[in-house]
Amino acid sequence: MKYVDEFRDPKLIEKTAEEIRRLADPKRHYRIMEVCGGHTHSIYRFGLQDLLPENLELVHGPGCPVCVLPMGRVDDGLKLAQDPQIILTAFGDMMRVPGQMGTPLEMKAKGADIRMVYSPLDALKLAQKNPERQVVFFAIGFETTAPSTALTLKRAQQMGIPNFSVFCNHVTIVPAMRAILDSPDMRLDGFVGPGHVSTVIGCRPYEFVAREYARPVVVSGFEPLDLLQSLVMLLRQINQGQARVENQYERVVPWEGNPAALAALAEVFELRPYFEWRGLGFISQSALKLRPEYAPWDAEARFEVAGVRVTDPKAAQCGEVLKGVLKPPQCKLFGKECTPEKPVGALMVSSEGACAAYYNYVHRAEPVSGD
Amino acid sequence: MTKSPVPIRFKDAQIELAHGSGGKASRRLVEGLIAPILGNPALDDAALLSLGCSLLAFTADSFVVKPLRFPGGSIGELAVNGTVNDLAVSGARPLALLSTLILEAGLSAQVLQAELEAMQQAARQAGVQVVGGDTKVVEHGKADGLFISTSGIGLVDARVRLAAASVRPGDQVLLSGPIGDHGITILLARGELDLEASLKSDTRSVWPLVEALIEAAAPGLRWMRDPTRGGVATALNELAREAQLALRLYEEHIPIRDEVRGACEILGLDPLHIANEGQFIAIVGPECSEAALEAVQRVAGGQEARLIGEVVENPAGVVYTVSSYGSSRVVDMLVGDPLPRIC
Repeated sequence: MKYVDEFRDPKLIEKTAEEIRRLADPKRHYRIMEVCGGHTHSIYRFGLQDLLPENLELVHGPGCPVCVLPMGRVDDGLKLAQDPQIILTAFGDMMRVPGQMGTPLEMKAKGADIRMVYSPLDALKLAQKNPERQVVFFAIGFETTAPSTALTLKRAQQMGIPNFSVFCNHVTIVPAMRAILDSPDMRLDGFVGPGHVSTVIGCRPYEFVAREYARPVVVSGFEPLDLLQSLVMLLRQINQGQARVENQYERVVPWEGNPAALAALAEVFELRPYFEWRGLGFISQSALKLRPEYAPWDAEARFEVAGVRVTDPKAAQCGEVLKGVLKPPQCKLFGKECTPEKPVGALMVSSEGACAAYYNYVHRAEPVSGD
Repeated sequence: MTKSPVPIRFKDAQIELAHGSGGKASRRLVEGLIAPILGNPALDDAALLSLGCSLLAFTADSFVVKPLRFPGGSIGELAVNGTVNDLAVSGARPLALLSTLILEAGLSAQVLQAELEAMQQAARQAGVQVVGGDTKVVEHGKADGLFISTSGIGLVDARVRLAAASVRPGDQVLLSGPIGDHGITILLARGELDLEASLKSDTRSVWPLVEALIEAAAPGLRWMRDPTRGGVATALNELAREAQLALRLYEEHIPIRDEVRGACEILGLDPLHIANEGQFIAIVGPECSEAALEAVQRVAGGQEARLIGEVVENPAGVVYTVSSYGSSRVVDMLVGDPLPRIC
């Protein structure tokens, strides 16, 4: 397959892995965070950790939108779905995310009208087909998915569709990276920058990491060779004591981002003063909400949204895993009470969550739990 | 459905779609609730009934696919081939089928006629007859147009005794052809995704391939399964758990069409979890694996069969793949439902 197979060439992969082993100074330990959940998934899916030297540790970052969504927001969405007038729509990976009231799938089995869609435009089409019902789109995601929500809202406004609205949970990646860099636990040497987010925002927003925190960032693609090459670029910088932003994913990511997508975001959304992140707490100016001009399509303005706060299950250590302090299997619940089928913590839900990726793909001496 | 060494209890409060997905939840439902209450720990996809010196295989399957027709097949064809294939992977030549039709009021007679003709044609091709059945009509809105259940009976070839307990380290894994065609075809046929691909469902009777395999490798043929819901990953995980052995698969040997790979990349799905209808997996002894492969490849439709892996001792109960660049990853059973109801 074009654009895939050439990035999975075994000979090149072996050569690049060898280069990483050559660059990794045996006298030191490297801790590199892959910010994006898609990278976490790729690392486990392709078994890349098998190719790395022991003193190069990959730390899984906060870049899975499902994982960082607090349980209270899930419950707020599910409460909307209890209104028989409302059809709640969400992406597939939201359907098994537990709130205190259960998961969207469980609520659906109890009779709530919750439907899986592949894009927000599908939710808008559903609203056009069901003019007597209210269709709410449960929007999640970083700058990767936010532009399609923005374009859908613009279309809803242009067409004057009155029975469509968005329950907005879009978050932005840069404040989360800053929160991690400011954390007292911070011991990272560099970052594999998110590929999909950067197609929208470009590379410039990460320059503060190099400038203020003296840590390199390499924006990376998702194939095995992309990730390995990014690690080579990071090791070279770290070994030379440099800290720059580099773009490994040039074939997709423009340095300045995508102006059309950025314009759509700016037109439809504004920053919330603060937003709660699961495991990271409240982070100021880290999430998007609809501008007042879009209030008729804002579910939070149109319906009563309780704004409940639910503390995470005490035993789950999602926060520590998200910040890279613990590895997934070091969490007390991992593979016992918390499995991909019955997730307690959010990191076990999405295939991009560090715990689910680890559970699904990493060898276990004994099956952790089949059930 | 194979048995786990650890008894499973069903504690779920209600039935959800995932319980029908063929993955972990389905296994919990069957092993934790259905089998204990129906009182037979040997409950399996096909039952083997001893009749003097002959062994009969007896099986049933239900088909609730949407849409009713899709590229490469339709519910009528599936209803025949699915049951024929359950018999075939028990090592049994299909003899006769019964069919139950559940019709939703409002179903077009023309659609029903077309599906009956599809059943008849598939039965003829599989060399089996529909010898009876039942018909029910339910209120509009209570079924997706047409549900079909079929049960089948077949005569087990005297040369084979298939069981997970016969599987040994060193045995080879034979796959009859490319995986994921059916599941991805159904997903695209629903028209919910703006993707286009020239894919067709792989629905077919696998008996001609199995027959050739038995002729070539009967003494070394240990275990067979058709990887329908839950895909190759789930079928092999069931084997690994029951046999308490590991399965090592070589990623680059697994045949997958580019269209299926592409759709899976875009949707974040694993082709090993995607449903198939016209494929089977066989475990064969190392001494006859090459002969087995050649025999299957000689049959029309078997050219793309491959040896995709081998049985090893450790880690017991685990299926994993090895990449061409030396890394490995676990392949777990399907969790939940990657696609809403596909077969």
